[in-house]
Amino acid sequence: MSTTTEQRVSTTPPKKGFTLSMLLYDQRYRSITIQVFFLFLLMLGAAWLIDNTVNNLRAQGKDFSFAFLGNPAGYDISQRPIEYNSQMTHGRAALVGLLNTLILAVMACVLATVLGVIAGVLRLSNNWIVGRLMTVYVEVFRNIPTLLWILIFGAIMTEAMPAPSAFRGDDPASSMLFNDAVAVTNRGVYVPAIMFARDLGTLTIGPVSPSISWILVIFIVAGSIWANKLLINHATRVQNATGVRPKTWWKSILILVGPLALYFFLLGAHLDYPELTGFNFSGGTHLRNSLIAMWLGLGIYTGAFVAENVRSGILAISRGQTEAAFALGLQPGKTMRLIILPQALRVIIPPLISQYLNITKNTSLGLAVGYMDLRSTLGGITINQTGRELEGMMLMMLIYLAISLTISGGMNVYNSRVKLKER
Amino acid sequence: MSNIEAHTVAYVRDTMLPEQTPPITEKGAVKWLRENLFSGWLNSVLTVLSLLVIWWALAAIGPWLLNTIWNAGSLRECREILDGTPGACFAVINDRWHQLLFGFYPSQHYWRPTLAFVLLLASLAPVLFTNLPRKLLYVSAAYPFVAYHLLWGGSIWLPVSAALGFVAGFVAFVFARRVNGLLAVFAAVLAPIFWWLFLAQPFNAGLSSVLPIGLEFVRSDRFGGFLISLVIGVTGISLSLPLGILLALGRQSDMVFVKSVCVIFIEFIRGVPLITLLFTASLLLNYFLPPGTSFDLILRVIIMVTLFAAAYMAEVIRGGLAALPRGQYEAADALGLDYWKAQRLIIMPQALKISIPGIVNTFIGLFKDTTLVVFIGLLDPIGLSNAIRADTDWNGIYWELFIFIGALFFLFCFGISRYSMYLERKLKTDHR
Amino acid sequence: MKKSIFIGAFAATSLVAGVAQAQQTLEAILDRGELNCGVSTGLAGFSAPDANGVWQGFDVAKCRAVAAAILDDPMAVNFVPTTGQTRFSALASGEVDMLARNTTWTFTRDIDLRLTFVGTNYYDGQGFMVPREIGVSSGMELDGATVCIQTGTTTELNLADFFRANGMEYEPVPIETNAEAQQQYLAGACDVYTTDVSGLAATRASFGEPDDHVILPEVISKEPLGPVVRDGDKNWEGIVRWTLFALMAAEELGVTSANVEELAQGTDSPEINRLLGSEGDFGDMLGLDSDWAVRAIAASGNYGEIFAANIGEQTPIGLARGLNAQWTQGGLIYAPPFR
Repeated sequence: MSTTTEQRVSTTPPKKGFTLSMLLYDQRYRSITIQVFFLFLLMLGAAWLIDNTVNNLRAQGKDFSFAFLGNPAGYDISQRPIEYNSQMTHGRAALVGLLNTLILAVMACVLATVLGVIAGVLRLSNNWIVGRLMTVYVEVFRNIPTLLWILIFGAIMTEAMPAPSAFRGDDPASSMLFNDAVAVTNRGVYVPAIMFARDLGTLTIGPVSPSISWILVIFIVAGSIWANKLLINHATRVQNATGVRPKTWWKSILILVGPLALYFFLLGAHLDYPELTGFNFSGGTHLRNSLIAMWLGLGIYTGAFVAENVRSGILAISRGQTEAAFALGLQPGKTMRLIILPQALRVIIPPLISQYLNITKNTSLGLAVGYMDLRSTLGGITINQTGRELEGMMLMMLIYLAISLTISGGMNVYNSRVKLKER
Repeated sequence: MSNIEAHTVAYVRDTMLPEQTPPITEKGAVKWLRENLFSGWLNSVLTVLSLLVIWWALAAIGPWLLNTIWNAGSLRECREILDGTPGACFAVINDRWHQLLFGFYPSQHYWRPTLAFVLLLASLAPVLFTNLPRKLLYVSAAYPFVAYHLLWGGSIWLPVSAALGFVAGFVAFVFARRVNGLLAVFAAVLAPIFWWLFLAQPFNAGLSSVLPIGLEFVRSDRFGGFLISLVIGVTGISLSLPLGILLALGRQSDMVFVKSVCVIFIEFIRGVPLITLLFTASLLLNYFLPPGTSFDLILRVIIMVTLFAAAYMAEVIRGGLAALPRGQYEAADALGLDYWKAQRLIIMPQALKISIPGIVNTFIGLFKDTTLVVFIGLLDPIGLSNAIRADTDWNGIYWELFIFIGALFFLFCFGISRYSMYLERKLKTDHR
Repeated sequence: MKKSIFIGAFAATSLVAGVAQAQQTLEAILDRGELNCGVSTGLAGFSAPDANGVWQGFDVAKCRAVAAAILDDPMAVNFVPTTGQTRFSALASGEVDMLARNTTWTFTRDIDLRLTFVGTNYYDGQGFMVPREIGVSSGMELDGATVCIQTGTTTELNLADFFRANGMEYEPVPIETNAEAQQQYLAGACDVYTTDVSGLAATRASFGEPDDHVILPEVISKEPLGPVVRDGDKNWEGIVRWTLFALMAAEELGVTSANVEELAQGTDSPEINRLLGSEGDFGDMLGLDSDWAVRAIAASGNYGEIFAANIGEQTPIGLARGLNAQWTQGGLIYAPPFR
């Protein structure tokens, strides 16, 4: 903007009329011009991409359709949380894969959180050797790629564990653990499963058919926890009113354990032990090698990051808080539980959630050890057998995106809830 | 006081007692042990547990690690030398270390990637250390072209003609600025494009035929091992930095449309796993480009990795921008600086400085994630470990390869993270 | 910031250098001076790099013959290792000109995926390998077994069908590469390894103690393996197809790498003359010169020679000709007439 224009503007009143140059030089309109230009470029680019895609698809004689999801898949999946066989559709196979992804993600998140909190707290402990040990854990796991860890755990499982045949014979080379309850083999870990003598059958909700017995278990546990909370609230009220807190621990235990035990007894719950029959163990629950390698690999790797988050969360709480707690006569354990952790959680939770996101996204490495997750079923075998790369990849990306957005949406809700109320 | 004492107490000591030695529990190793290892029952239990863990780990790995074979031609030979005793067979590293580092890069040219790596460190210096002469930045600017030529080779005129595009843009900018500022920007964008599209090819072809100098051409598929990880990681991160800055600024922009596009892009990339993007690079990118176009898989991977890293980078830089006090923006406005000048002179230098730990973390994460390219058939260190295992000589060797690869990754990532901590302390100019 | 702008030049440069124009496959290869051939990531006997990094094998020889026919240089081949998952995209996208990889000719691949199978160069079938010590002698005894399979192949579909048809249960362990599958099988993580019988033989040959493993008699599928090209380039398809047939016909007519130069001067047999270009202009019709077949045969011999040198009974792989004998010997190898 040269000085002459400025002078002209200042001496003569601005013209009412709209001149074309105002689109570029007037602050009010410039952003619109830029945006229109940007939009134009973007649409041009998108049109170019879509045109290319259409041309390429035509050249290869393919159409764009998701009909392949309804065709028989033809391949088998080892880990099936819902009923599945090779005659079912690709869509069903993708659903099995999605459930496997979610199962693994939840398992790994739990492991990472537990390990991370323990390691993060212990790293700050006064105990020299424990602190050092935790530092080594965090640094070693953080600085080596997660894929390598998954492969290492996979190799430990296949190479260092005995084959099922080692359990055979009169004088077996290996024996089961915990009084013949658990078998650790190079095909996975077999643990006892809870079975019901009087099973309540299954419920059919759309494509899945969960067991009614287990749904009831969830309801009973939730109900017990809720009842226990009522009890504790009541105790707090009594304490506030009278100054004496009634003893609740035995009532709590009764409420938490009693209904479930009664339910299990009524349904005739018993443990189904794994047994060596034919080639493999049968009975019990089979945690496959692939699942265990992924679980340990993702959980322990991410645990190191969680430990760092926990540590920095705790360090973010001012030293004065600890001192104040000590001045009140609280013991170190109680200080941590009642004063530090509640405040630190506000700092810890957001990065923790993004670690959960990372775990969920990293489950897609399952193929490295043959874990049949969404990426191996829909994004792997299905794409390969049907040749529908474009549709399959798009669908897979959208599913991952939906999972991620759900998790980060949850984080936003939490964040707005625990935000310090500032005045 | 003393008078009263003198009257009531029979004896008053008027010399100091000799210092007593502290109790045995309060000094030396014992005190240290008591305070650091056995200060309570919980701590004692933890200490004992830790010692047990360490002992168990040493007992399990120690004998194996100490009894190491470094010279053998195959795993079988190695096991014969070991003769049943537990022992590591690091002979495989001795045999194949060059593959793990360079892939199938021709061995007589190993000096080229090595030199490129050393030059990388040298050219980073002027960017990181502001007390070096500013002129050295030109060396840094030339580095990408030098590195490209060192790694891939071919005619030297190709990188030269590419670099000249930027020179053309700069010259056009300088000349057009005398006429009009806006025109200058257009000229600066259009001149290089014009150069690359129409003039670079003849220039390159002409000079190549007249003066055919340059290093021997090495195909991309010869790249492998840590070389490929570094090439993808370093180019990905350096290209994603400017892109990430633009995305971060776009996300903070007042322009609704620009902002929403940036938000959608960032959230999409951050919401899907890197591996799906890599598969897009290997399976789908050809659908989106004009029929018949096909280019190097490594380049396709670099493009996708750059987009991936840019989204994360944008979030890191956004954090840096958000951490800047509002007053900095207002001060820039008060000085009458326009948007780009304010960003260039006031906002970005500070925001980037705050973001350094985040940028370094993104880089470390990206570097580790380069191992995922094994899924699309590139031979990164993990891919090579599979290839080595496929050889009948080394069929069945796991731990030694994993330890070697893991150790290199560890050294690299740990080193960078420590260095970034140092950098962070050095650059800290506030008075906290 | 200046640095980062300059780094942009790197990408731009590579882009300019890398973009190739769409054109007919043959012209593209002649321009490039090199044939891009998709092979497996490593299967002893069929395609694997030797100690010097030079690719060798049955499938590789096919690529070399085509390269010799077009470019007069059997070594002018760029081998692109592809996995079961990436091979068709690599072909469709033009990353490779042809696939010479153990690829089964199936209906959907031919029609739905728009690939063109130019012929069958190896008749195979899927089989099972088990350790001798578990004492299984038939595929019918595999109920409840853990089976290692390579993903992205027809193998997993055949396997599902076989166990389903026989009412047996199994536990699939999907694995990406042949090498990893071997490893898992040897470690005992699966009882059975299944793939094409030729692949099983090749795998078993690479074991330390091959005799500890047996290949079960059941062959549960038909696996006609052959080279594949993209749909839509008739001329290129013809070159690959008739190079394959030339190798087969050469064996039938007694033309070997040793006598091909001599026979090319002209013989009493009109068919040999037409094949080797001393009569007719078949090379011209393909867009090549008349010596194309001579060079293809000279590259690594006729079909029988290639078979014997890479996977035949004298090699560690030790495969019998079986179905892959000439039709005159009771096999299925049958080249259409050169006429």
